[in-house]
Amino acid sequence: MTLHLAVALDGAGWHPAAWREPTARPETIFSARYWAAQVAEAERGLLDFVTIEDSLGLQSLLADGDDDETGQVRGRFDAVLLAARIAPLTRWIGLVPTATTTHTEPFHVATGIATLDHVSGGRAGWQARISARGSDARHFGRRAFPPLDGLDADSPHVRDLFAEAADAVEVARRLWDSWEDDAEIRDVPTGRFVDRDKLHHIDFTGRFFTVKGPSITPRPPQGQPVVTALAHARLPYEFAARAADVVYVTPRSTEQARDVVREIRGLSGEVKVFADLLVFVGDDAAARKARLDELAGAELTSDAAIFTGTAGELADLLLDWRRAGIEGFRLRPAVVPDDLKQITRRLTAELRARGAFRSGYEAGTLRGLLGLARPASRYAEAS
Amino acid sequence: MSRPRRRVHLAAHFPGVNNTTVWSDPRSGSQIDFSSFTHLAATAERGLFDFFFLAEGLRLRELKGRIHDLDVVGRPESLTVLSALAAATSRLGLAATVNTTFNEPYELARRLATLDHLSEGRAGWNVVTTSDAFTGENFRRGGYLDHADRYARAAEFVRLARALWDSWQPDAFVADRESGRFVRPGGIGTVIHRGEHFDVAGRFTLPRSPQGHPVIIQAGDSEQGREFAAATADVIFSRHGTLDDGKAFYADVKGRLARHGRAPHELKIMPAATYALGDTEEDAAENAAVIRSRQVGPQTAIAFLEQVWGRDMSAYDPDGPLPDVEPDLTGEVAQGRVRLADRAAVAAKWRALAQEKGLTIRELVIEVTGRQTFVGTPASVARQIDEHVQAGAADGFILVPHLTPGGLDDFVDRVVPLLQERGVFRTEYTGATLREHLELS
Repeated sequence: MTLHLAVALDGAGWHPAAWREPTARPETIFSARYWAAQVAEAERGLLDFVTIEDSLGLQSLLADGDDDETGQVRGRFDAVLLAARIAPLTRWIGLVPTATTTHTEPFHVATGIATLDHVSGGRAGWQARISARGSDARHFGRRAFPPLDGLDADSPHVRDLFAEAADAVEVARRLWDSWEDDAEIRDVPTGRFVDRDKLHHIDFTGRFFTVKGPSITPRPPQGQPVVTALAHARLPYEFAARAADVVYVTPRSTEQARDVVREIRGLSGEVKVFADLLVFVGDDAAARKARLDELAGAELTSDAAIFTGTAGELADLLLDWRRAGIEGFRLRPAVVPDDLKQITRRLTAELRARGAFRSGYEAGTLRGLLGLARPASRYAEAS
Repeated sequence: MSRPRRRVHLAAHFPGVNNTTVWSDPRSGSQIDFSSFTHLAATAERGLFDFFFLAEGLRLRELKGRIHDLDVVGRPESLTVLSALAAATSRLGLAATVNTTFNEPYELARRLATLDHLSEGRAGWNVVTTSDAFTGENFRRGGYLDHADRYARAAEFVRLARALWDSWQPDAFVADRESGRFVRPGGIGTVIHRGEHFDVAGRFTLPRSPQGHPVIIQAGDSEQGREFAAATADVIFSRHGTLDDGKAFYADVKGRLARHGRAPHELKIMPAATYALGDTEEDAAENAAVIRSRQVGPQTAIAFLEQVWGRDMSAYDPDGPLPDVEPDLTGEVAQGRVRLADRAAVAAKWRALAQEKGLTIRELVIEVTGRQTFVGTPASVARQIDEHVQAGAADGFILVPHLTPGGLDDFVDRVVPLLQERGVFRTEYTGATLREHLELS
């Protein structure tokens, strides 16, 4: 059985000094071709999907507020638009941009992701993310957030943000279902373009917003694009179990992988559990990491486990974690293009040699690649 | 002595979700498949148009409390589909209608700057306002803004967006490996805005985009709308497509520019235009009539009548005479479309017209919903367009085809070459950005 493999794209890679590597092309980071080349490389490696990071404020080393750092990548595109820009240039690979649930309109996010699904022929996903930072809230000026001192997952503030995120995903799924698949009829004798009985108000009312519906956008090719979320603790696990199709978790050992899978399985039998790993791959992995750490002036830290080693060693680790119940991996290349190419060319070859990775794309949609069924509209039975 | 001939600017409007888009024609394709968007955009780019234009609709229209089912319906999220089109085109401007009522400046400015970067300087934004609580039911903000507040909010929105677009100094992004500087210290400015409608503080996430500011388009026709455009916009998308009406509007709006310290060429006026072509004038007139009868089918004729009469008229024969019943002025039948100001007066006018010309319900609705802006042979349509521009009735037109996606094919194949022969239309793109296409500074 094929193991699911994704890469997380952000800046010049996940090491803060990655952009200074000779192979990096940081001067083109604010161009479409920079990102298109990375996604093309991932597709060449037959990966399931790429994610694209985003937030509603500049990257920062601080828990809350902008830093004045000038030696690291600062600045990002809107990830949904970037994914759409790349969609026509690719054919098979899933495109999973980040969109924040906190300050955005659920209606706009839902129709944006649905549109990405239409323009990509069924390859859209969504990494749903909260924004707890007061500095982001000040970009909108509509809500006052308490100062954030680290992410205290149990504060009422953060609990509310996850509750709101769950509502946003619920609204999106209802909007995606609000047009039944066969709503467009073009019936000339009666003059009807649509069968209005197959278009549905969603009538969502929650603590944070109400949305009437239906969507302005016809049902996406996948029915519902794939919803994903990164989760490090109980509260986000609960959010992911309730709202997501794929959850990214961050164990640091096989034992922890087993534990987190057990915890999530206690919440949901359905969500697919992927592990995140920040990876330096190759014979020179450790040396490259040491050099970059020195350039950055600090040893690399990450919320995810950091791997340094050869593609063969990484393949061993992934298969070991798979035996612990992890169904797929989202790898964060330390340096683009170096570690990305190691993943797409060497790691995939190692996994294929062990019978654990595809040798060609077997499906044309992201749901198809992930083995997720296309859901029927929840409103279809009612009509 | 002759002065140089003014250049014609053209843009392509993706067919809208109303009765003017004919879906019963066998050539009518999907309203949502990406291939329809690439087809029309490729046609517009082949025709050397300035830009491709998308309207906005954030709630499906309802009639008598039910979703209106007679017209084409369904559309993508505009900026997302334009970003995908940036990959399928290389010169064509990409403009979206996005309202200021149901968006926040930081997020929308960021999405527009993203589109401008990803298209290498081809983004445009048609700034609209919405007062509609019906549409608001799909949004956090919900609610209602009265007309004056809508423009105040829009003006403040655009000012703030421009401050965000300007907030990275032009040389802020350096990516210098040697020095280890990704951005120049102090290069990313902080925007602090405390206004009546917005309270925003912080730093923007993108360097200055290729155009600096995406092109601002404005479509409102009220006194406030015209002032807003004269102060703020680069392009006006107007409804004044006839020669006399166009000249009056053109003179009025261009006349306002000096008060805002702007020159006439800094604001382009582009009315919406529809057209019907034929090999002879008779063919064109017949083609125009066929299109209009398809736009107003029997059920659509009754639906138009119901909006004015405010009551259920489904029992009446669309091919029969207008009924004697009086309009019910208490109820509002249609939601999600422009309201009719004085339904009693409209009903009286329609009744008089039907009587005078002996029209059936359907013939009447065809008559009152407006003929095509330009009808004729390709040579005649090219001449009419040129005349409008030389006479100071327009700087060009935003063409609204009646068919998706092939509705501009004949115009580009047959009319554009004649405009080129007249020396008033480009024979190749000479600029890279939308601002350059529009001859804006």
